[in-house]
Amino acid sequence: MARYFTEDHEWIDIEGDHATIGITDYAQEQLGDIVFVEVPESGTVLEKGADAAVVESVKAASDVYAPVSGEILEGNDALADEPALVNTSPEEDGWFFRMSLSDADELEGLMDAKEYKAFVDSL
Amino acid sequence: MRYLPLESADRAAMLAKIGAPDIDALFADVPEEARLDGPIHGLPNHASEMAVDAAFRKMARKNSAAADMPFFLGCGAYRHHVPASVDHLIQRGEFLTAYTPYQPEIAQGTLQMLFEFQTQVARLFGTDVANASMYDGSTACWEAIVMARRITKRSRAILSSGLHPHYVSVARTMAHFTRDQLVHSAPDLVAQSDTASLLAAIDDDTSCVVVQYPDILGRIDDMSEIAAKAHAHKALLIAVVTEPVALGALVSPGEMGADIVVGEGQSIGVGLNFGGPYVGLFGCSQKYVRQMPGRLCGETQDAEGKRGYVLTLSTREQHIRREKATSNICTNSGLCALAFSIHMTLLGEKGLRNLASLNHAKAVRAAERLADIPGVDIVNETFFNEFTLRLPVGARDVVRSLADKRILAGVSLGRLYPDEEALTNGLVVAVTETTSDEDVETLAGALTAALEPAREGASA
Amino acid sequence: MSMNNQGRPTRPEHAEGSADTFTGNRALMLEERLIFEIGAIDRTGIDLDEMPDSASRLGGLERNRSIGLAGLSEPETVRHYTRLSRMNYAIDLGLFPLGSCTMKHNPRLNERIARLKGFADIHPLQPVDTVQGALQVIHELGEWLCRLTGMPAVAMSPKAGAHGELCGILAIRSALEARGDAREVILVPESAHGTNPATAAFAGYRVEDIPATPEGRVDLAALEARLGPDVAGVMITNPNTCGLFEPDMKRISDAVHAAGGLVYCDGANFNAIVGRVRPGDLGVDAMHINLHKTFSTPHGGGGPGSGPVVFSEALAPFAPLPFVEKRGDHYALIEEETAEDHHGSSFGRMVAFHGQMGMFTRALAYMMSHGADGLKQVAEDAVLNANYILRSLEDVLDAPFGKSGPCMHEALFSDKGFAEGFSTLDLAKALIDEGYHPMTMYFPLVVHGAMLIEPTETESKAVLDEFIGALRSVVERAKAGDESLHGAPFHAPRRRLDETGAARKPVLVWSEPEQVEAAE
Repeated sequence: MARYFTEDHEWIDIEGDHATIGITDYAQEQLGDIVFVEVPESGTVLEKGADAAVVESVKAASDVYAPVSGEILEGNDALADEPALVNTSPEEDGWFFRMSLSDADELEGLMDAKEYKAFVDSL
Repeated sequence: MRYLPLESADRAAMLAKIGAPDIDALFADVPEEARLDGPIHGLPNHASEMAVDAAFRKMARKNSAAADMPFFLGCGAYRHHVPASVDHLIQRGEFLTAYTPYQPEIAQGTLQMLFEFQTQVARLFGTDVANASMYDGSTACWEAIVMARRITKRSRAILSSGLHPHYVSVARTMAHFTRDQLVHSAPDLVAQSDTASLLAAIDDDTSCVVVQYPDILGRIDDMSEIAAKAHAHKALLIAVVTEPVALGALVSPGEMGADIVVGEGQSIGVGLNFGGPYVGLFGCSQKYVRQMPGRLCGETQDAEGKRGYVLTLSTREQHIRREKATSNICTNSGLCALAFSIHMTLLGEKGLRNLASLNHAKAVRAAERLADIPGVDIVNETFFNEFTLRLPVGARDVVRSLADKRILAGVSLGRLYPDEEALTNGLVVAVTETTSDEDVETLAGALTAALEPAREGASA
Repeated sequence: MSMNNQGRPTRPEHAEGSADTFTGNRALMLEERLIFEIGAIDRTGIDLDEMPDSASRLGGLERNRSIGLAGLSEPETVRHYTRLSRMNYAIDLGLFPLGSCTMKHNPRLNERIARLKGFADIHPLQPVDTVQGALQVIHELGEWLCRLTGMPAVAMSPKAGAHGELCGILAIRSALEARGDAREVILVPESAHGTNPATAAFAGYRVEDIPATPEGRVDLAALEARLGPDVAGVMITNPNTCGLFEPDMKRISDAVHAAGGLVYCDGANFNAIVGRVRPGDLGVDAMHINLHKTFSTPHGGGGPGSGPVVFSEALAPFAPLPFVEKRGDHYALIEEETAEDHHGSSFGRMVAFHGQMGMFTRALAYMMSHGADGLKQVAEDAVLNANYILRSLEDVLDAPFGKSGPCMHEALFSDKGFAEGFSTLDLAKALIDEGYHPMTMYFPLVVHGAMLIEPTETESKAVLDEFIGALRSVVERAKAGDESLHGAPFHAPRRRLDETGAARKPVLVWSEPEQVEAAE
């Protein structure tokens, strides 16, 4: 399994041609207390960069983009009842959605953990 | 100037602190072509309180106040007795001169009131939740149609012919720009509502069906069948209530399956005010709460664990979501919501039910009396406190001629539907607790006399 | 001697112990439960006349289930709402310096006038001959607005500022449609109020941002570069949300017109220039005026507002219905019926009835009381007060645009220079303890930790000096890292409230405690 990161502070775990996507610990800390997450319905086909999910704090709403193109396999239903999972476990239990990966080439140019850390440090 | 506390000496001292030679220096950014040489021309200078008061009293006297004559107008605005304490309480400066409760620690009065208001509206409508108010019933109605589009991702709304024509006009205006499709026709002057044709119109492209209850002619019909068919096609039922007092006597729209219920709250606490300000009511099912427009007040706790209230779910709103907001509404009708809530508290369930019964009983008796007038028929089989008469002549001229005799006889359908020949003889008459038997007799007598020439013409 | 044995202490004595009370009340600060907790469904504060006998015509739809509406007697009602009212801050209590909201004194004459039965007790559908005085008020208020703005036409029906924005944008769309020009984009500065982009989207437009210059103004070059055949218009707030006049307004208008677009001006900040500058002289095509800001109709804890819109010649034909027209001594009301004859290009009706009559009477009374000379003085005093605050605080607070010259009616500061971990929020909450309503926080978005202070012309120099002193003291605490700021307010009816909890598990209506248990 490989984990990639985007400059939009999303992480992507790749297993075969499936990807699991969430937001990073850095992102959740910037957003503050998460109060609501809207995840995409399974079956939705998204192009890379399209709006996929919404994450809300009390005073802000942020879009989560599809980091790659593909079809949504499932959203994380646990977030509906417990949006705080994004704060407490952003990079594990607080995942947003899983999707199929239609073009593995799109992973090129994404960051690995070390590069992402350097990116965050530079902000 | 009685409203301006700064004195010349203050102004000079402040300019000195600022380091500006004169007041004009503070307006230096105004381009040359927009600078004026003095006060704006063509307007009078300041006036005393006494002079302004006198000028307005003169204008007010040119209007015929409802209190001063028999009065039977309704069609979306109703005359009810508003208790004196309502007006006293809303004039307390802490309510009247407060802003939107953005700092909840020092706005608990407004916030708790809104929480109570939301609860009252939701219970009255039979919905799970309600918001903190909209501008009025007509704009709330359009917002509900937009909300149904967001939820269903469809843009074909079916409007009942019994929906208030102004509400239809507002929806038409907006739909033209948003490319929503509206299915609508004018009402027929018959006893039956248009439930059958609404049922026939629902299909898989339908976002919502919008039904007024009681409708513009005063008719009452069960919405359950429409709700069932709409839901079978994954469409929503929107109920519109322009006379909330009716819900003291009638099954609520929520109980009949309405997903969104909107209304005009003017009847309770607000008064006629020539059409505004009024208060839009907006309730819906819990599952749609994140698609609602407008402000919402929610319960929470403070740092010491004491119960308190805040504005909540604000990410739906324009100040956070900007172009993706559920609506552009910001300022709503806070003080009118307060008036509604106070009046509703004074009524309580018992008072509201009694008020509704009294309205209905008086209306039934008035309808019977007016239907006795030769040439006059009552259109409705069912009604609450408002019904439609079919006159033998155009109702608009009759209304005008009775107004000359200091009787405000009702709303002619010719005024509301100027292009509908078939409706010109319709007169909508509203009767509330403020209407006396004597008022009804005066109207009956005057109407009989006014229709005399028509009868003579008919028999000749 | 004759001795009185009822002696009692007449000087305060020192005592240890808790200030907690049995009731939770704190003397004049009284806790109040919900009406549903203190009332009952069979209690009422209203006596009704005797019920006549009659048959039912409700068609079998009689309500049989309980509604669940609690009632109170009149004394209980008066006490309930009086107690609630005392938990509110208000302009009647003190300085309310909310930037962009214009919290000025609400003259009570205007309340009395609005309640005259000739205005308050008339129905919107009465024959027009019976409401000539009401139509006169609408007409005369419209005339004042046209003269004050230098614009030829006005639409009176919009219900509030955002509704006025919608009116203006719909007129722009109609004018473009009329010339067969389907443009799709409205440009909005990034500092704009959220209603601007929300309104443009509500009217079916796509919204794009215009950047600001480092001086807090619209970037004219960037705007000009973006203009083109797809741009329907711009929405500019002037004076802008940073409290600055847009000196390039006329050039902006000219550039937009040259590119075939139209200019909407958000008039939320008209208070700064009323009686001194006419937006019509700056090339504006449409502008709404918040009667509840500039013309002092009460904010009422969140409305009602009123948002008439003035129009240029180019947009006047597209104004909404209904409107009032003076014909000799008679005032005519143009509704749908006569629209074809007189106003065929109107974009239609945007609200039932004729607008906010109750606000029209108040606003016109305010205008007549001030007159042309007084309104000019209003703008000058409002701007003077704001600049006095700006210059009295800029040595302790960062004023991001302080060097750009004078501000208009509001002074903008940022949280730069606060100790680590201290924010605008802390400062605002500490101001509550000092007896002030906080300024507008975190708006405009273009400034970090923004604090927007609008004193209005209502405040005297003495009040401003006291406020400046209080604010300086709080700022110094924020810079020194005074931890107690995080706990503020300490003296308000409530401490800081848990907004996260409220949003995660929304409780929007009251439910009976039994019901809650049953559901669990």
